[in-house]
Amino acid sequence: MKLFEVKKAWSNRVRIGALEFGNFSTETPALLLSTRKGLPHFTPPDLLPSLPSPDSHLLQVSPLHFLEGLSPATIAKIGGIHKLIGLNDYGVVAVARDSVHSLPESKGANKFGATFETPCGRLLVKPKDYLVMISCMRPNIWATLADEVPAWVSDKRNRTSVDRTLRWLDDCLELDPAVGSVFGAIVGGPSLDERKRCAEEVAKRNVAGYWIGGFSLGEAIDERPALLRAIVDVLPDEKPRMICGLGLPEEILQGIAAGIDLFDSSYIYTLTLGGFALTFSLDKNGNQDNFEPSQMGSDSSKINLRATVYRKDMSPILGVCTCHTCQNYTKAYINHLFNTHEMLAQTLLEIHNTHHYLRFFRVIREAIQEGRFEEYRQTFIESRREHYERVADSEGVGWCDRISQLVFKCCGN
Amino acid sequence: MALRFEILGRFNRARASQLTLPHFVCQTPLFMPVGTQGSIKGLTSSQLEDIGCQIILGNTYHLALRPTSELLNQLGGLHNFMNWQRAMLTDSGGFQMVSLLHLADITEKGVTFQSPVDGKPMLLTPEESIQIQNRIGADIIMALDDVIKTTVTGPRVEEATYRTLRWIDRCIAAHKRPHDQNLFGIVQGGLDPVLRDICVKGLVERNLPGYAIGGLSGGEDKNSFWRVVAQCTAALPEDKPRYVMGVGYPLDIVVCSALGADMYDCVYPTRTARFGTALVPEGVLKLKNRDMADDTRPIDPTCPCMVCKNYTRAYIHCLVTKDAMGSQLLSYHNLYYMMRLSRDLHSSIVEERFPKFVCDFLRQMFPKGNVPEWVCNAMEVAGINISSCCAPPSSCQENDSTYASQ
Ligand SMILES: [Zn+2]
Ligand SMILES: [Zn+2]
Repeated sequence: MKLFEVKKAWSNRVRIGALEFGNFSTETPALLLSTRKGLPHFTPPDLLPSLPSPDSHLLQVSPLHFLEGLSPATIAKIGGIHKLIGLNDYGVVAVARDSVHSLPESKGANKFGATFETPCGRLLVKPKDYLVMISCMRPNIWATLADEVPAWVSDKRNRTSVDRTLRWLDDCLELDPAVGSVFGAIVGGPSLDERKRCAEEVAKRNVAGYWIGGFSLGEAIDERPALLRAIVDVLPDEKPRMICGLGLPEEILQGIAAGIDLFDSSYIYTLTLGGFALTFSLDKNGNQDNFEPSQMGSDSSKINLRATVYRKDMSPILGVCTCHTCQNYTKAYINHLFNTHEMLAQTLLEIHNTHHYLRFFRVIREAIQEGRFEEYRQTFIESRREHYERVADSEGVGWCDRISQLVFKCCGN
Repeated sequence: MALRFEILGRFNRARASQLTLPHFVCQTPLFMPVGTQGSIKGLTSSQLEDIGCQIILGNTYHLALRPTSELLNQLGGLHNFMNWQRAMLTDSGGFQMVSLLHLADITEKGVTFQSPVDGKPMLLTPEESIQIQNRIGADIIMALDDVIKTTVTGPRVEEATYRTLRWIDRCIAAHKRPHDQNLFGIVQGGLDPVLRDICVKGLVERNLPGYAIGGLSGGEDKNSFWRVVAQCTAALPEDKPRYVMGVGYPLDIVVCSALGADMYDCVYPTRTARFGTALVPEGVLKLKNRDMADDTRPIDPTCPCMVCKNYTRAYIHCLVTKDAMGSQLLSYHNLYYMMRLSRDLHSSIVEERFPKFVCDFLRQMFPKGNVPEWVCNAMEVAGINISSCCAPPSSCQENDSTYASQ
């Protein structure tokens, strides 16, 4: 059976695809839900069906999470990752890094394996160990091991990272665990030549798709389109492309414009932890102007529910939102839950934010389908910028600062 | 009075009843999960309903601090605030002060304590406690009583008993919403049968909608515990609900129900979940233990809850105490266990098979037949023959080491 099919492609690289799994299929561009040990950080499994479906059925799992107390043999005995997390009708994508708890640490990497900072310390992961985990977990898709480096390393170190990533790709393919579909990892930091070299080499291999790493590690946002173009240009059209590190709405749109199909959602995790709820407009044309003037603790693209202004606010986060949280709970209650350090705060917020972002992807897909993606993107970015400028005028903080602060907070490490 | 209490079935002292409260029709015996700050350990209202919770408890002391009773009143009460449609009970706030704040002092006026916000001395009077609870708006509110530790002896116990009786009149007088909220009185008197008797009689004279047995579960020995419960349930009116405060161990709930009690509350099921302990028919299962790491069975193979249907002990072991989801899932199972126990108590009494239920329960918890003596004594008073599960089995097999007793 085919994993991926391009349903509609426009000359400007933007495309709609379909990812097919055993028992469900979902359209791309799509968002993968960020998980901790296979389950969303705070959304309980019995509330997952309340999220848009099948949009919410893609999970990103880091095999490294299980090094903390669950052996690969036990996972195999249970019947793999789907049985382990009790979610059979979900597509599981395994990637070593998760952008939250398990981050690449380039200084420790050597020719034998990649290193990661994790809750159980710094780990050196060799391709062979990684493949043992993969073969026991049996994910639907898995990315090969990458040596990700930040943008500020020397050219020499960046070249080494490409060499290693390619060698580990060959190691992974040779050790063929015969489970799931392999996504070949592409790195190369901020160097156009290295990105191109890596992508070309990976494109020669027998892989089902591509995982693009090494972004949001210090490169400038305006360098990205060229880098993404250099990569996507040499990749075959018929295979899916997943990226790590693009989280903000603007970044998602940038990625889709470059031809990316799959995104991770650590942005949602960061927002939720900070008490932020997404409230930007899901207008079909991308217009962000028709929004009420911002309140305190808000730039009206998102609001901070910790702010005292919500103490008595008995309205839902978003009146038009159909998520479980907005249908049942108020800002005042969530504000109280944050004040009293009750775990339910994060649960309710993660549900809303995930729901909102999945809807955002749906709006984008409609725009692509109807051939108006470029207008959508421009309207969205322009009107959001105007919005930030208005906020900046009233609060004295530049939107640029705000975005870059957030980018730094969400993705920088 | 804003409740109806109909007994649907009995076995000797035990009863199964239907308790109709303003927000929900409850089946007793029942267990009330504690939602201290207006939420129960990461669970949503819809999950609590799925689990089968009929009534939950809010802590007046905490709610009065945050978000404050004035705000709750403005926003339509705690039911509306936390989106909980079913029944609710609030405590008086007194016990929390005495147990949480070292500097609480009880005088005839009320409970004096240091504000945790600014350290200033503050006073909670019976009138204020009721006013706050009227604002919070629970189906059942509790009288402010003079709480003492069960280990206290001497004249202080007598003082507390009589003061509790004096304060009940002040509570009744202060209660502004008797048609929406039921004020329960609390029987005090320590471990002294004479004082307990005086307190029960005094409260019964006031003809309250329901009664609680207070001052227990504070470290007294189990024999004193069940004897006080037995004495109070025998003396309290048949046609009113009886609530044993702070009781949450499954074994204690079974014993108290056999003795004629109807309602219980405790943080135990959710607190113990946070430390990685699951409630199971055999007792408890410590999921942090190393041997859980490759145990592919569900927490309780006989449990039909969402967690046991989907997850292995190994997976919960890997989550527990490290990730938020671990304690959420374990709290879910533990509360499900408590609700199932309540339902089983109710239906076994209604269906006239209560003694068999008690024996089966004890046999699972004490497979070697070593039922504690206090349980045997209590069951004798309850008129339930448990000799079949107390007899040591002929071939003395080892207890499954997986399980530990609480
Ligand atoms: Zn919502
Ligand atoms: Zn269960």
